[in-house]
Amino acid sequence: MSIDRRKFIRLSGLTALGLAGASAGNVLSDNAVDSTEAPQTHAPLVGKRWAMVIDIRKCMAAPDCNECSKACHYVHNVPDFDNPKDEIKWIWKETFHHAFHDEGHEHIEEAIKHAKLPVLCNHCDDPPCARVCPTGATWKREEDGIVMMDWHRCIGCRYCMAACPYGSRSFNWRDPRPHIKEVRSDFPARMRGVVEKCTLCDERLARGKLPACVEACKEGALTFGDLEDPNSEVRNLLREHFTIRRKPGLGTQPEIYYIV
Amino acid sequence: MYDAGKVTIGLLIFLLLVTVPFWYNVAIGKADYAPQLEKPANAEQCIRDTEYMTAYHMNLLNEWRDDVVRNNDRFEVATDGQMREKSLSNTCLSCHTSKEKFCDQCHDYLGVEPYCWDCHVIPEELGQ
Repeated sequence: MSIDRRKFIRLSGLTALGLAGASAGNVLSDNAVDSTEAPQTHAPLVGKRWAMVIDIRKCMAAPDCNECSKACHYVHNVPDFDNPKDEIKWIWKETFHHAFHDEGHEHIEEAIKHAKLPVLCNHCDDPPCARVCPTGATWKREEDGIVMMDWHRCIGCRYCMAACPYGSRSFNWRDPRPHIKEVRSDFPARMRGVVEKCTLCDERLARGKLPACVEACKEGALTFGDLEDPNSEVRNLLREHFTIRRKPGLGTQPEIYYIV
Repeated sequence: MYDAGKVTIGLLIFLLLVTVPFWYNVAIGKADYAPQLEKPANAEQCIRDTEYMTAYHMNLLNEWRDDVVRNNDRFEVATDGQMREKSLSNTCLSCHTSKEKFCDQCHDYLGVEPYCWDCHVIPEELGQ
């Protein structure tokens, strides 16, 4: 079949018109959807760069307290294997000289040296775990900086565990389900062969709640907020106190700050 | 064809053996078996129409999974105008409470083994 120039121009003109009409239709129907949308009943917490400030002094005041970890592990169906080899941890207590082994020195105050403080995923600005993940199962959420995990996509290669300088990731060597003390149905469990870690309670933020650890802390040692908001509580704390981060020299830009 | 008679008999026996599962079901009276789905008592209408759900619920669940986990888009307005959470455990199973009497009916019948339950928790099994 041959087509002459005149026919070609006429056809392409008609096609362009048709396309324009279709996109106009789309715009109209989009508006229609907007107007019928029900009011948002769950106002989510929205931030541009979530971060946490942990006041070690308040943790030192309650050395045996483990409420943050208990609350977190309860709401997220984290198993308890009672065995450090299989252990799954989202947030847990570590001594100062373990968490900050490059910060202290020989003659550091004993109380600080052995102070136990909570450590968790640092939700780095440049997360090495996300960079090495071959399936995109872990990635940094651009809208609020949370380093997320998609357990559906995790193939259990553990590259992320090798990459994370903070040991924030745990691998399910065994089926976790029988070891969950109290299973909750509103949050999924995990299966054997999957890596897991703290997701800064993204599911609670979406419902307008603070992270479980922050809510559970009786000492008020954990403060959660938006770093991009100059009037937020975390920014105030960072202005008023001297704070340190874990292994800042590695350039991962961790977003969990500690007041010493 | 050589030994036409023997070959034909052999073929017939082969056919009979291959179709044994069908004859077996006819013999024990299960030939007209169909999955019996228990309809939820607390709801009249599903979040999509039945025809769509029967054929495409797995696609819907996959879309929900990506929306929730990857796009932080957790709620939707259903066809009846109500706001719902995109959640298998919290939304689907809040009406279809029994996995055994609903999900498993067709999945077992068709020999499908979805891996949803490897991780997602069935509220009924917890007594919640």
